[in-house]
This record gives sequence, C-alpha cells and structure tokens, in this order.
Amino acid sequence: MRMVMTGNYASAYGAKVSKAQVIAAYPITPQTSIVEKLADFVSSGEMKAKFIPVESEHSAMAACVAASTAGARTYTATSSHGLTLMHEVLMWASAARLPVVMTNVSRAMAPPWSVWADHMDSVAQRDTGWLQFFCEGNQEVLDTIIMAYKVCESRGVMLPAMIIEDAFILSHTSEPVDVPEQELVDSFLPPYDPELRIEPGKARGFGSLVRPDQYMEFRYKAMLAMRDAHDRFLRVEKEFKQVFGREYGGLLDAYRCDDAEVVLVAAGSVAATAKDVVDALREKGQPVGLARLRGFRPFPHEEFRALAPKVAGMGVLDRSYTYGPAGAFYTEIKGSLYSCPKRPVMKNYIAGLGGRDITPRIIERIFEDIQLTTKRGGGDEVEWVDVAGLPRRWR
Amino acid sequence: MTKSYEEIPLTPISDSPSTINMTGLWRAFRPIVDISRCKKCTLCWKFCPDAAITLVDGVPVIDLKYCKGCGICAYECPAECIEMVKEGSA
Amino acid sequence: MEVRFHGRGGQGVVIASEVLAKAAFRMGFEVSSFPFFGVERRGAPVTAFARIDRKPIRNKSSIYEPDYVVVLDSSLLRGVDVLEGLKAGGKVLINYPDGSPLPALPPTYKYYILDANAIAAAHGIGSKVTPIVNTAIMGGFARMCDWVSLDAMVETIRAVAPVKKEENVAAAREAYERTKEAA
Repeated sequence: MRMVMTGNYASAYGAKVSKAQVIAAYPITPQTSIVEKLADFVSSGEMKAKFIPVESEHSAMAACVAASTAGARTYTATSSHGLTLMHEVLMWASAARLPVVMTNVSRAMAPPWSVWADHMDSVAQRDTGWLQFFCEGNQEVLDTIIMAYKVCESRGVMLPAMIIEDAFILSHTSEPVDVPEQELVDSFLPPYDPELRIEPGKARGFGSLVRPDQYMEFRYKAMLAMRDAHDRFLRVEKEFKQVFGREYGGLLDAYRCDDAEVVLVAAGSVAATAKDVVDALREKGQPVGLARLRGFRPFPHEEFRALAPKVAGMGVLDRSYTYGPAGAFYTEIKGSLYSCPKRPVMKNYIAGLGGRDITPRIIERIFEDIQLTTKRGGGDEVEWVDVAGLPRRWR
Repeated sequence: MTKSYEEIPLTPISDSPSTINMTGLWRAFRPIVDISRCKKCTLCWKFCPDAAITLVDGVPVIDLKYCKGCGICAYECPAECIEMVKEGSA
Repeated sequence: MEVRFHGRGGQGVVIASEVLAKAAFRMGFEVSSFPFFGVERRGAPVTAFARIDRKPIRNKSSIYEPDYVVVLDSSLLRGVDVLEGLKAGGKVLINYPDGSPLPALPPTYKYYILDANAIAAAHGIGSKVTPIVNTAIMGGFARMCDWVSLDAMVETIRAVAPVKKEENVAAAREAYERTKEAA
C-alpha cells in the first residue's frame, strides 16, 4: 500500500512487517518518531512484540543482545551520541554473532551540538563488525530492513546490521513509500531460528572467557561471516526484486558509470541529489557517473576493483571526518585499489558536515573539480567543500 | 589443544558451571568460627562475596572448597567471633 | 514545483507542507515534503518545504528558489525575509487580517490574502486567541495554485485531521472562496 511517509515511519513499518519480536529503545532526536510509531503499533496490538523502554542507549543494545541470545528477532533505533554510547555493546553484538537490526539516523557528533545530517556517528562504528547500509530514500530504508534480517539471520552470516537514514533529510522528509503486504513479507522472510540460544533448563554461558590460544579462531570465523555477507546480500537483493519488484544496485549502486570518464562516489541522500546532477551534466555532454556506496560493510571490494580500470577519475565524498590522512570512505577505497594495475586519479571531498546542505550546484562544482584534477593527473588529494574562510567558492 | 576455526561454535559456550573451579585452593588465610560466641545475626552469610557460607541452625558453616579467605566475614562479624588464621597452621 | 512555508512552532506549518504533499500524491504526482527547524519550541519561526513533480524526486537538498511561498503568521513579514529566493513572478499566500492594509511588498510577485485566523476561529479550530490556521491556509493554497485541486486538498485534510474533521474541511472550503489576489 503506497503512502506518503517519513523515513522514520518507513523504519517503523520495516520493523513491523519484519515481525520484530523485541524492541528496546531510548529516544534521541531525530529518531524519536520511529520508536513512538512502534510503541503505537505494539499498544494497539497491530504488532505482536515486546516493547522495552530502557534508561539509555547502552541499555537498549544490551537488552537487544539478551533478547537475541534468547532467540528473538530484535530491533532498535538510535542516532549520534546514542549510537556512540552503545559502542561497546555493538562490539559485543557482532562478536556474539547476533543478528540484531538497527536503524541509525545519522547525525553529527557534538560539540558543536547539532541534530543535522552527518555520517560521523555511523562511520565511527565501522570497526564494530556491524553490516552498514546507507540509504538514499525512504522506500530503501523500509526494504533494506527486511533484506537485512534475511541476510543477517542466515547461518553463514549471523552478524548485526545497521540501516542508516540521514538525519532530517530522510528521517523527517515525507515521500511515497509502498508498505508491502504482510503475506508477501512472510513469504520472503522466514521466522528467526538460531542454532544457539539460551534455553530454560539448559544451563550454559555464552561469550565465555577464551585464552590467547583460542581467541583468534573466533574472530576468523566472524571475518568469514562478513565475507559471506557480501555475496549473500547480492543474492537476497535478487530474491527481493523477484518478490517485491524493487532493487537498489547491490552494495555499490553504479549510476551511469559504464561509459563514464569520471565518477563521484557518495553515500546516503546526497547520492540521490547527485544522480539528478549526473543527468543534467550528461545532457551537456559530460561523461560522468555516480557510484553510490550503499554497503560500507561488507565493503564492496570487488565492485570497486571492477569499476576502477574503467574510469579515469574518481572523486569520493565523505560526509564525516576521521582525523586520518583522508576521509574514511576515501582511504578504504584507495586501499582497496592499491594493487589494481590500472587505477583512476582520485580525490577526496569532505562535505556536508553538521547538516551543511550539499546543493546540486555544489555537486556540479565537485564534478568540475574531479574532471580538472583528472586532466592534471592529480593534485591536492583532500579538499574541504564550502568552508567559510577558504578561498574556493562552491555555491 | 587449539581447535580449528571450523570446529568451534559461533561464540564460546561454557556448559560446565563455574563450580568446577575450586577457588578454595587459592586461600592463604582460613576463617575459623567460634560458634559459642555467634549471635546468629546472619551478617557473615549476607556479606560473603562467594556464597561460600551456609547457615545451619542460624550458625555459619564455611564451604572450604570455595572460600578464598578474603576475610570479609571476619571483618563484618559484630561479635568478632570469626578469626582468620594462616592456611596450614590450624 | 517548489513551495516554502513560513510559520511559528505550534501553528502546524509542517503539517501544512505534508497536507500539500499528500494532496498532490492523491492526484498522482510524486512528492517530497520536509521541515527545517532550529531546536523546537512553540513560537519559534519554523520553515517547511514541499517539492512536487511528475517524475520521482531524487533531489534531497533544500529549496532555495521556491515557486510559491505561504506565510501562516503575518508577524513574520517583519522579522523574516519570507520572500528570499522566490522566483520572479512567484506567488505568495499570506494569512492577513481582513481590512488591515498590507505592508509594502515588492511588485515582482503576486500576493494572495486570506484571513485564516478569522476563518479558523469561526469554525472552532484551535482557540479564538490562537486558532490553528493550517487547514484554512491549505484551502487558500488550492485557490492560489490552480493545478492543486480543492477536492484533493479536502480529502487529505479529512484523512489527516485528528479531530474536528468536518470543521477543518469547512474552513478549507471557506478559505478557498475567500482568498483574494491583492491589488
């Protein structure tokens, strides 16, 4: 049923049709309406789930870990400082091999205090072992939640996933979303049935102490699971397309990249705007493309290595800053391409922090810059976009 | 003997209880209770961090398989009827 | 088509933008509506936006050059540049008390006036001191912008209004009749 709704409601409906059984969450702007909507569903009986109001995000994830260990399909949502508060428990959830699914409404970290879109909170969790999907629209948010449960709960994966909505740009923006019929979702997503779970009457400890002589083998298994998640996600999306008629381009959504000379890599809502810019520039005869980084974990290693030899220049937009030699996406992509015999000229653009709007005009200028840099064979590798006080004008 | 990654479960599981761990072997000092002066206040039982004290007719009985000799029971006893003596001397 | 709404927190500005989006959706258009606020508080200026198109909307950036501007609270005319970026020939709908003279406004735009406060109060929506004008305003919008049908607007209002559905609908219909282009 197609309705106009916000990204947050799309998340709530996603959890609803996925029949999440335990929801433990703590409110934080701009996630609050997800949890309020789910509370409505549960209290009206529309959704048969146990809703646990907790006292902090750390507790929310701890409750999800416990519920998941008991064999329940769990869901939660958070943002920014809430996500970082959960950090140690995020590490637990993945290493304990629990397929918790969470929406993160990606918002800037303070100070300065900000409630607006920024990927720092999500990117800072890239080491936790969670699958990470950046969405460019509300339909994708709903659909990716369903797909995530299917991928994560499969025996070869058993890892948690976060579905990322840009704060306000998706969370509070209303657009048409089709909520699939429950029977259709049920035909696609079977009930959660883990091999291992806490069972009453069967006393066991989970996640016990392991000495140095056995620890590495557990992490190795988790690595294999993340690797398996790559192919499995692509298969699940193919299945999703067959059942629901929609798809999103896999882990690296390549838009008009086949005959592109330069491409821009970007994640989240800015990629949607950039697709409009690609069309406009193509009208003017410029061979440009947009490669949307949809899955950051599992990292689309093969996809980047397939794209790299076909393009002369690649710009990477990071909506976060991690104090390293360059942005997080840029550094990982560059690392992935290191052993490629043919590599494009690359440049990193730090943009959109703290909700700074990335307008079509700015994106056009970024494309101009990638083309110029490619012609020159390189140049400054990192550029901050639209910072007052820097000489370059972007608007 | 390190098991291959293929042979271990997804997450480490312990299915033997922690009671197989005989922490009484760690003890350097042992509590001795003078029952005649015990007031049956039950404080020692409440405070023992290892649950190594059982009350029999209100009077503490120490489980020496687990008692680590921390001395909290002796410290808390209002009647001062528990004495910590060097292990091996009594 | 891009629309910007100006109002104060608590007046239903965001809902007004959603009503427009949902009404247009009902008519078969593709839509996107979103708010911009500072930290929420009653009385603080709130801006909301709507984009309407025939094909799916990918642009997720803000709206800088709207085709239409809607002002739910006339006191904002003094404090906020409500006309910023409005395209030449753009149309502006202002909630303004009947009989009061308009302040000086640039002649490059077309202005439509509606006493939404009076209409909302007459239909008992909100209180007489602080009527809730958003449904009346959307009736006025359907008059100003002739390709959004009043019927679609009214059906949406009926679906969205939590209470006093028919009063809200009546307010929108009356507003549609009484919205006038300013001289």
